[in-house]
Amino acid sequence: MEFEDISPKLVMLLYGLVGFVVVVGGLLLLLDTVPAFFGRRRERRLVAIAAGDIPAPTRRPRKPREFGYALFFLFPVLVLLAIGLVVPAIRTTLLSFMNGDSSEFVGFDNYNWMFTNDDAVKVLLNSLLWVVLVPTVATSVGLIYAVLVDKARLEAVAKSLIFLPMAISFVGASIIWRFVYAYRSEEQDQIGLLNQIVVWFGGTPKQWLLDSPLNTLLLIVVMVWIQAGFAMVILSAAIKAIPADIVEAARLDGVTAWQMFWRVTMPSIRPALIVVIVAITVATMKIFDIVRTMTNGNYDTNVIALEMYNQSFRYQQTGQGSALAVFLFVLVIPIVIFQIRNLRKQREG
Amino acid sequence: MSTTTPVLPGVTSEKLPGTAAGRVRKRLNTRAATVVSIIIAVLWTIPTFGLFVSSLRPEQDIKTTGWWTFFSSPAFTLENYNDVLFGRSASSGQLANYFVNSVVITIPSVLFPIAFAAMAAYALSWIKFRGRDWIYVGIFALQIVPLQMALVPLLSFFSRGVTLAGITLMPAWNLDDEQKFIQVWFAHTCFALPFAVFLLHNFVSQLPGELMEAARVDGASHAKIFRTIVLPLITPALASLTIFQFLWVWNDLLVALIFAGGGDETAPLTVRLAELAGTRGNEWQRLTSGAFVAIVIPLLVFLSLQRYFVRGLLTGSVKG
Repeated sequence: MEFEDISPKLVMLLYGLVGFVVVVGGLLLLLDTVPAFFGRRRERRLVAIAAGDIPAPTRRPRKPREFGYALFFLFPVLVLLAIGLVVPAIRTTLLSFMNGDSSEFVGFDNYNWMFTNDDAVKVLLNSLLWVVLVPTVATSVGLIYAVLVDKARLEAVAKSLIFLPMAISFVGASIIWRFVYAYRSEEQDQIGLLNQIVVWFGGTPKQWLLDSPLNTLLLIVVMVWIQAGFAMVILSAAIKAIPADIVEAARLDGVTAWQMFWRVTMPSIRPALIVVIVAITVATMKIFDIVRTMTNGNYDTNVIALEMYNQSFRYQQTGQGSALAVFLFVLVIPIVIFQIRNLRKQREG
Repeated sequence: MSTTTPVLPGVTSEKLPGTAAGRVRKRLNTRAATVVSIIIAVLWTIPTFGLFVSSLRPEQDIKTTGWWTFFSSPAFTLENYNDVLFGRSASSGQLANYFVNSVVITIPSVLFPIAFAAMAAYALSWIKFRGRDWIYVGIFALQIVPLQMALVPLLSFFSRGVTLAGITLMPAWNLDDEQKFIQVWFAHTCFALPFAVFLLHNFVSQLPGELMEAARVDGASHAKIFRTIVLPLITPALASLTIFQFLWVWNDLLVALIFAGGGDETAPLTVRLAELAGTRGNEWQRLTSGAFVAIVIPLLVFLSLQRYFVRGLLTGSVKG
């Protein structure tokens, strides 16, 4: 690495930081000085009124000034959201009714393609498998682990171990797991842990990522590995929040650990459980990095988000790509409405 | 309850089942629980551990024997790291370059959205104006819009500018090489805002109202209240949001692929790693060390600031 290679980057970073200071500092400075300026003017005017130089003005409502402040505080967020999300989302919806290079209106053709083309249907089915398996398995593992290590010795350490994959990028996780699934032919020593275990048990090594549908399941393992920690943390906090007297009362009634789990723990943590399942479901729907890094969608492992990327940015089929994006959006809407309702109920209850 | 003396957990559990059989079952339960939890913990740790051990082994060893043989015949080298970070040949990874890119992308992409979101959160919580709730609900709802909905139009916003009915409202940005960082920052900032506003609003709106009232009575302006009262009080929330956004940006692949491109001027570590995995999938000496280079910073941040991260998570997240 030469310094000449990185110096333009550091210069850009410097620009970025200067830009940050100027924009944010400038906004705050304006907020400080502009009202102060008007304040001084008003003061002068009041002094003048008191001295009887000019007649007292009719009282103006204060409301518009508050609105001006609010607009000032909200200005960057509203502009950026409009440019970055609102307008693009509307345009994507329009593009989904156009052909590949967006020159012609084609009606519902792209949606028709999505539900009838064999490859596209396969993509939808794979995504369905992901959405069914990842939330259920990840949440179950997280819940079991949270219950088991609750109040155990070294609880904090035990939780960190499971939680750690949350910090690893999907790309990093994919490489970690590709190494686990790595294959060497039978005569050679295995370097992948999974094949080595198979060999230890007397089996023959396999190219795990080539056979559908097993390969999709193995990719799902990676996502479960990442998300279980998230489930565990939220559920563990929920378990700790169960009022001690309820647990105590159940104990005095002589319930077994099993009964305790189903009759006390589960009903108490239900809201948290729903939050976790919903959040993981939404994340799973948009899964992209893992599939791209592990198999690049080959061997029947493709999913919606990756196909959307391929259609839009590799095959320049913007219409079909946009239709997939819109479909993704439509799938997420009911889930999130459900989530918001739940949160509100929780807050009221 | 006030008359009973506090009971030690050990005592209650012994009293509970009453019989000797019950006690045995109880102990079995805890033992089974320990075993199961240890199994899960091992399953969850071993893949990362294997990668780390491998990254320290000589190339020949990695490619011919499993990493578990390291413990029977240890051979240790940092050559892989040297090669993957600073190697001269085009195939070696040259990750040091990309590492710098990741840093350059991440810092502004974390600072901008948090500053803007903090201002918005204050306005939405403590300035009274008509339509406030509607604006908040609108921003909240934007959390659900998948990134995928915005990618194509936002990219054309940069590359073609904005024209409405034949009139150019904004010319194309024509960014090349290092300048592409700007569009990555821009994209990350936009995409982060809904969640950031939501999270900070949760904290800011729960600050005591008397505090703001008192400051207003003393004649403090909104700007002053925001700077001197609100910002210091929401530092923990800012910390959790910083960690979130840092992890999100550092680990992101999709936004970087589209807005930074694949060149070594702007592409971050994730893009380069994905590329190495695709084109040199069997060069395990590079993939293992490269992957570790990419995950070591987030791991350190995460481990040292886990408390804040968890607190942020518990506020509820549905990031888009």
